[in-house]
Amino acid sequence: MQYLHNIGSYFLMIVEMFRKPTKWSVMKQLILKDIDDLIIGSLGIVAFIAFFVGGVITIQTALNIDNPLIPKYLVGFATRQSIILEFAPTFISIIMAGKVGSFITSSIGTMRVTEQIDALEVMGINSINYLVFPKFIAMMLYPFVISIAMFLGIFGGLTACILGGYSSVEDFITGVQIDLIPFHVAYAFIKTIIFAFILATIPSYHGYFMKGGALEVGEASTTSFVWTSVAIILLNYLLTQMLLS
Amino acid sequence: MIEVKNLEKSFGDAHILKGISATFEKGKTNLIIGTSGSGKTVFLKCLLGLFDYEKGSIEYNGEVFANLSEDKKRDMRAQMGMVFQGSALFDSMTIEENVMFPLRMFTKMKKAEMKERADFVLKRVNLEDAHNKMPSEASGGMQKRVAIARAIVNKPKYLFCDEPNSGLDPKTAIVIDNLIQEITEEYDITTVINTHDMNSVMEIGEKIIFLRNGLKEWEGSKHNIFKTDNEIVTDFVYSSNLFKKVRESLNK
Repeated sequence: MQYLHNIGSYFLMIVEMFRKPTKWSVMKQLILKDIDDLIIGSLGIVAFIAFFVGGVITIQTALNIDNPLIPKYLVGFATRQSIILEFAPTFISIIMAGKVGSFITSSIGTMRVTEQIDALEVMGINSINYLVFPKFIAMMLYPFVISIAMFLGIFGGLTACILGGYSSVEDFITGVQIDLIPFHVAYAFIKTIIFAFILATIPSYHGYFMKGGALEVGEASTTSFVWTSVAIILLNYLLTQMLLS
Repeated sequence: MIEVKNLEKSFGDAHILKGISATFEKGKTNLIIGTSGSGKTVFLKCLLGLFDYEKGSIEYNGEVFANLSEDKKRDMRAQMGMVFQGSALFDSMTIEENVMFPLRMFTKMKKAEMKERADFVLKRVNLEDAHNKMPSEASGGMQKRVAIARAIVNKPKYLFCDEPNSGLDPKTAIVIDNLIQEITEEYDITTVINTHDMNSVMEIGEKIIFLRNGLKEWEGSKHNIFKTDNEIVTDFVYSSNLFKKVRESLNK
C-alpha cells in the first residue's frame, strides 16, 4: 500500500509543479542556476566517462571479432550502434542518477530539514513549483549532454582504435557512417527526454517528501538513486520494445 | 485578530491537540508556552496552515482559513511573517537577498526600492553591515534578526515566531524578545510566539496560553502567571533553580 501511496504522491507532485507558477523574473534566475548546476556541472564527468567507455567498447568489439571474413569497419559500426542506442542515453542516465539525482535530493532534502520549504509555504509560495519546475526545465537541455556523450564516445573509440591498431581510421569512420538509421538517433533522443524528466522529478520527490534529519537526507539520496535507476531501466525496456520492435 | 475554536489534530493514533480554543489579539505579543511535547509547534503549524487538522476552525479576521481556496490560502500566507526556530534562511542567498526575497516574490518594486526597504528593515533589527554575508557566516543571534527582518519586510498582518530565542545567550535573547515586541506595537500586527523560555514570558508576555498534553491548561498575562493557583502552571514557571530562589526570597 505504501508503494501505491508514494506513486500517487509522485503524480500529485507533478501536477502541483505546473500550478500557481512562480514570478517569471525569479523563475528565470532559478532555471539559469539549475542549468549551471545540473547540465554544465555534469559535462566534465560525462565527457570523461563517455570518452573512455567508448574506447573500451571499441577494444572489446575488436578483440571479439578476429574472423578474417568479418569486415574491419564492423568495429566502428558496433561502437556507433552501442553508443547511440544504449550507452549514451541509458548508461549516462544511470550515472546522472547518481550525480544529479543525489544533488537534487540532498539539496531539497536539506531545505526540508532546515524548514526552508516551510518558510516558502508560509510565504504563500508554491514550493513544488519553485523548487522542482526549474530543475525540470533545466533537464530539458539533457539531450545536449547526451549529444556530447555520443560524440566523445565515438571519438574515444576512434582514439582507442588508432592507439591499439585494431583497424584503420578509414575503416572505423566507414563503420561509423555505414547503414545509419536516422530513427535510431531519434529513438535515443526520445529516451533521453523521458529520462531527463525522470532525473528531475524522482530525486525531487524523494527530497521534498523526506522526513527527519541529516541522516535521513543521506538515506533519501540513496533511495532516490535506487528508484531513479529502476525507473530508467524499466522505461528503457518498455521504450525499446515500443519504438524498435 | 486570530480566533481558534476547538482545534483537534492527530498523527495516526497520537492525539496531539485535543480541542484548543484561543484568541490572539492585534497589536499584542501572544505567547504559547508549555513543556516540550505539549503540542506548541503543532498548534503553531496548524495556525500557519502547514498542518491540516481534523476538527475545529481557525479564523483570520473572521475568515475561516480551511475554507479558503488554495490560491486564497497562498494570498493569506503572503500576509504572514514567520520566524522559524532554526531561522530557515535560504542558504544559497546573501542576507540582503534573503530579506528582499518576499519583496521579489510579491511586489512589483524596482530593485533599488527593494534594496532601500531591505536596508531599512536590516537597520531596524540592528544589522547595518551584514548585507553581503551568507547566512552560514552569521551568528545565531544575527540569523534570528535576519529572519525577523525577512518576516516583516513585506509589512505582514500576522507575525509568528517559533522559539525565537532558542540557542541564544540570555542577553541576545532579551534583545530579540524586545525587538519582536517593539515591532508588534510599531506595525500594529498580531504576533504569536511559541516559547518555553520564562525570561520571554516575563519580558513580553502580554497574553499567555499554557498548553499541556494538547489542551489549554491556563490563560492569562505575565502579570498574573506568577500568582496563579494552578499547580501545573506553577510547577512549570518555577521549574528553574533561579525562579525557585526568587520565589523563596519573595516568601521570606
